[in-house]
Amino acid sequence: MTARIADSPRAGNVGIVIVSHSPLVARGAADMVRQMVGDCVPLAWTGGNVEGGLGTHVAGIKSAIEAAWSEAGVAVFVDLGGAETNSEAAVEMLGPARAGKVSICNAPLVEGAVIAAAEASGGSPLAKVVATAEELSP
Amino acid sequence: MHIGAADLAELIALCRSEIDRNCAHLSDLDSAIGDGDHGANMRRGLEAVFAEREAIAALALPDALERIGTILVMNIGGAAGPLYGTLAMELGRAMSERGGAPDFAASLERAIAAVARRGRSGPGDKTLLDVLYPVQVEVLRRSAPARVAECAQSAAQSTQAMQARRGRAAYLGARSIGHEDPGASSCALLTATICRYLREHDAP
Repeated sequence: MTARIADSPRAGNVGIVIVSHSPLVARGAADMVRQMVGDCVPLAWTGGNVEGGLGTHVAGIKSAIEAAWSEAGVAVFVDLGGAETNSEAAVEMLGPARAGKVSICNAPLVEGAVIAAAEASGGSPLAKVVATAEELSP
Repeated sequence: MHIGAADLAELIALCRSEIDRNCAHLSDLDSAIGDGDHGANMRRGLEAVFAEREAIAALALPDALERIGTILVMNIGGAAGPLYGTLAMELGRAMSERGGAPDFAASLERAIAAVARRGRSGPGDKTLLDVLYPVQVEVLRRSAPARVAECAQSAAQSTQAMQARRGRAAYLGARSIGHEDPGASSCALLTATICRYLREHDAP
């Protein structure tokens, strides 16, 4: 399941994508991001395998990245291993030009997404958004 | 041997039924040290390839492998999707770059290296690589298909003694020891299935 949360009036800001094995976790984390930054950043989430069970899948992740697309770049937050590996595969499928503007962050899913969104809402570039989120990981 | 369209379609069908037959076993192995969906994930992937087998078999082998890889990436899910997908896609790409006289062993080596990069893993991490590396050695030696299959199966069993360093099983630490890795197991099943076909159809 994949959803774009809202159209953003500030599409110039870095986008945020949340990828969890659980659609409930992904949606809940996205709700927390939205509460923090309103619609100032493009935001999308995806969770679950193609059958709707726990898991992740490449097509869903690719759609979420496209839904939260920003020319300033997209920061992707993942939970467990398969979410990361599938996100890497999804990013490759975007083609080299767009893939270069996507970062998969080494940060906790909820805290990372919220702090990254806060940073992005101020207009920070992708590298700064990612660095701020990754400070959470020792 | 030359793999023609009929061979490829038959190999796809055989791999699909082997995974289907072992679906519960693979999920049981995965339940012990992971999230328990490896059998279902692999079956979904192989079913998707099987559904397209006629179109795939009509392609030249390198293109067919790339297409199979894409289907596996999009359908298996979990960590196994990108790993098996990378294996097939890179094998196809390596074979097509080598043109008329594809050096299968060199292409396989390149594809396995790509899987290792994708999974950021190496030998002894308790993954499907622990089957792929020994298989690669046998292929390089031009061993008979029966020998390659035997090697794959014993390599999968050897993952029992390993402690997982990648994937969800790594969270279990030493408790992952004593269980066969499900990815290694599915990899051995597929390798043995392909080797059996090659042996029965006049392989070198």
